[in-house]
Parts: sequence; structure tokens; C-alpha cells
Amino acid sequence: MPKMNLSHFEAAFLFALFTSVVMGITSKKTDKERLNYGAYCFACFLGALVAIGWAMRLGHG
Amino acid sequence: MAQSQTAAQTAETMPPLSVWLPAVLVAWIIPGGGHFILKKRGRGALILASVTLMFVFGLFMRGMMFTPEKGDILTTLINYGGFVSDLASGALYFAASMFGYAQGDLPGAVHDYGTKFLVTAGLLNILAMVDAYEIAAGRKD
Repeated sequence: MPKMNLSHFEAAFLFALFTSVVMGITSKKTDKERLNYGAYCFACFLGALVAIGWAMRLGHG
Repeated sequence: MAQSQTAAQTAETMPPLSVWLPAVLVAWIIPGGGHFILKKRGRGALILASVTLMFVFGLFMRGMMFTPEKGDILTTLINYGGFVSDLASGALYFAASMFGYAQGDLPGAVHDYGTKFLVTAGLLNILAMVDAYEIAAGRKD
């Protein structure tokens, strides 16, 4: 079995992508709403990733 | 009185088992399968790809498969919760266990991400099962 060595960012990016796709599909009723919600979730995941990453870096000193 | 009325309303609105159970069972065993048998092929394909890739990447990152172990309350919660979530991936979980890809806990950030990927694949499949139920019950298109 191949072994993957992803960086934190790569792993979090893939996590955000797959999770957003399923959340978009299952949460809304029309295709347009699904696409918008999926994109919104993905943007929120990435925004939180960058914000928390910077908070940890600044907090660590 | 109010409680019995609510229970009666729920029983009325609950569709027959034969309407939704096949879709939900197929959705559990094959991620996206419930959507396929309900003729929602595009959504089914996206769910299949997302859940399967997440599970496979979790295995490639040498993520841990939980086993139902007891200990203190937190250990029990984590292990049983993780086990149920892993199990929710359906055939992916059974195949990985059968072919010996299930592995124990390893130290390291990548393995930790792998464990989260495996658990989240199962949780996403639960979302897909609920969605399949709602479509089969006619509550959603």
C-alpha cells in the first residue's frame, strides 16, 4: 500500500474539499444552493485554517 | 396528551420501511449508492468519489482504525465513537479490515490526519444516508 506524506496544509485542504462537497450535496435542495453552500463551506474551512494557523504562530511567539 | 399527539403525528409522517430502508442500506454499504438507486446519479457519483477518496487517503496516511475498547469514560467514548464512525463507511471499512489494512495507533501528525480522514469518511457517509432517506421519503428532491 502506498504511503502518503502530506503537509498540514495539503491534508487540511483535501479534508475541506471532500467535506464541503458532501455537505453541499446533503444540506440544500437545489443545485445552485448546493454549489453555493459547498463553496461557502470550503471558503470557511480554508479561512479558519489560515486564521487559526496564524493565531497559533503569533501565540507561540 | 401532547406527547402522544406528537408521537402519533411522527408515526403518520414516517414513510413505510420498504420505501426508505433499501436506499439507506445501499447508501451505507456503498457510499453514494442510495442516491444511485434513487436515480440521483450526479450526486451519487460525487458522494462516492468524496467518501472513497477520503477513506483511501486515510489508509495511505496510515490512519488508525478504532476498535470498541473500554476504559475510562473518555477512552470509551472515543473508541466506541470512532469505531461506529469507521463502520459507517460500509464496504470500504469491511474491505480494509478483511485485507489487513486496518492498523493501530502510530505517533505522528500524518497518521493523526489519516485517523481523522477515516473517521470523517464514515461521518460523511452518515450524512449521505440521511440524505438518501429524505429523498426516498419524498421530503427532498
